[in-house]
Amino acid sequence: MSRTLSSLQLYLALIAGGAGMIGFIACLPTLDSSPIMASYFVLAGLSLLRLAMPFSLWLDGLLAAFGAAALLMSLTPDATLPLHFWLALFAAWAFAWLFVERLSSAIRAGDLPETGTGLVIPVVFGLALLVMWEVVTRGANVPPVLLPPPSAIWARLTSEVPTLWADFVQTFIKSVLPGYAIGCLAGLIVAIAVDRSPFLKAGVMPIGNFMSALPIIGIAPIMVMWFGFDWQSKAAVVVAMTFFPMLVNTVAGLNAASTIERDLMHTYAASYWQTLMKLRLPAAGPFIFNALKINSTLALIGAIVAEFFGTPVVGMGFRISTGVGRLAIDLVWAEIAVAAVAGSAFYAGVALIERGVTFWHPSVRGGRA
Amino acid sequence: MTRILPVLTILLAIIAIWYAAAIVMNAPWQERLNARADLVDVPFTEFAQQTWAQDKPVLPAPHQVISEIWNATVALDINSKRSLAYHGWITLSATLLGFAFGTTLGVLLAVAIIHNDASDRSLMPWIVASQTIPILAVAPMVVVGLGSVGMTGLVPKALISMYLSFFPVVVGMVKGLRSPEGIQLDLMRTYDANPWQVFWKLRWPAAMPFLFASMKVGIAISLIGAVVAELSNASGGGLGVRLLTGSYNGQTVQIWAALFIAAGLAAVLVAIVGSAEKWVNARMGARA
Repeated sequence: MSRTLSSLQLYLALIAGGAGMIGFIACLPTLDSSPIMASYFVLAGLSLLRLAMPFSLWLDGLLAAFGAAALLMSLTPDATLPLHFWLALFAAWAFAWLFVERLSSAIRAGDLPETGTGLVIPVVFGLALLVMWEVVTRGANVPPVLLPPPSAIWARLTSEVPTLWADFVQTFIKSVLPGYAIGCLAGLIVAIAVDRSPFLKAGVMPIGNFMSALPIIGIAPIMVMWFGFDWQSKAAVVVAMTFFPMLVNTVAGLNAASTIERDLMHTYAASYWQTLMKLRLPAAGPFIFNALKINSTLALIGAIVAEFFGTPVVGMGFRISTGVGRLAIDLVWAEIAVAAVAGSAFYAGVALIERGVTFWHPSVRGGRA
Repeated sequence: MTRILPVLTILLAIIAIWYAAAIVMNAPWQERLNARADLVDVPFTEFAQQTWAQDKPVLPAPHQVISEIWNATVALDINSKRSLAYHGWITLSATLLGFAFGTTLGVLLAVAIIHNDASDRSLMPWIVASQTIPILAVAPMVVVGLGSVGMTGLVPKALISMYLSFFPVVVGMVKGLRSPEGIQLDLMRTYDANPWQVFWKLRWPAAMPFLFASMKVGIAISLIGAVVAELSNASGGGLGVRLLTGSYNGQTVQIWAALFIAAGLAAVLVAIVGSAEKWVNARMGARA
């Protein structure tokens, strides 16, 4: 367990410990006002003892966590923060980095299991980002109009649940899901139809490839004019945005079945439809799911942006554009958080179904898809 | 020829359907106009021509869009606020700057990820997660936020383009820089190559095809980012602003013209990256 540190880890350890020692000197004048910070500096400085005897990597994790806690607890409303505060932030950040470095090299060396601990690293990174965000926005008095701290966003998120829920229903349930379903289904059907005729395929594919690279989002104002302000126009934008990726991917996927497999179906005297349903569509599965995953994020983006061109007074895009206008930026961020969670969950849902359906594909069998 | 004929057929079919749809979609308004002007029993050919020549049609006919593009680019002074060339340039400059930022950031992140196990494990999941955040939805806020600290104009738009375009570059470059096989890395080791040499002489050339494939995707979405970022700042100009003002004033022809210019820009940019790819491949002696 106690392997020697690599040179990068050694530098990080020296930086973190050194920042702790300097911080202790810097906080001496205000010792009684921040006892927790002072004790953190003492512990951080003591970590330099590792040069004499090796420390467990979990101690670095604890030091990073303690540093984060000390920082968050000593944040006071609108006070200019002294030097030692920033030194503590620096030390905590270095400890977190050191922890992650040591953890990943331990996993690599086989000292720790991959499952479980592998998940700790991105979580630590995310938490460190959140703590930095909170500390810097509040510590440096960043105007909330520019970037509100996570705690303010969380407060808005919990106090505005009914509004956020109504927006979610309007945008996600009413616009995104029907548009996604129609667009993907239409793309799939057209792809199968196009696949039957080489002439159509040769004509449609370049145009399909071209269209999927274009800013289709620009049709949003046209759709709003055609289908009105409510969810129908947003669903129409989503249909247009999801159609072409699905078309292009499915046509590519239908070619995935090899000639020898098709010949085998031929010797079974399988009809066109039997070949399609039993061989070619399953073989196209990975491609179709690729399109479904791309479309899951595209659909949400399309619906939200389309709402900028006119909506009823509900919806995520509406709330974001009016929130920006009223400088209610914490509400906007709360809306973004909802959108991010909804988008990630949608993507994860599709990816989970993919694992179940195309379990035979190498990219799924490998585990890290 | 065997490739051009099918594409031309489909294009002609699309244009034919478009003209037919323009008649159907513009008909109700034209009938009302004619009824008000006491025009009865208009022959169909004349009625069709009327629907193709409305001021604010529901669906403008292709020739209306083309003449609007012509009038707003070639026929106008390039510095006029009504010129689409002027607005197109604003969008293009933000796109190019954002694309340059995004590609640089993407390559740097990819280099960090392949050389450091901890950054692979900690960064990669969050880079993927970052793309599920609808940045296009965040765009107006970023623009307004940066504007409130005095950053206006090109840079905020370019930052949004960057956010969108770095992702394909990271993913492609990580794959590309890891694409040299073990046997090739072993060969480098027998040459006693240092990491720097392994990078520049093996990994980087091996990653080139992946980089160009990513850049083709990246530049197209950079343009989308720039257009959407413009939606939030109507004073700045750009194709996004033309879309927005067209939408507010019901100027459908103007919207379609801006849309076609954006589409044309995207196509030209992707083609430029594609020809750069061919040139680099030829210089590096890659097989086509």
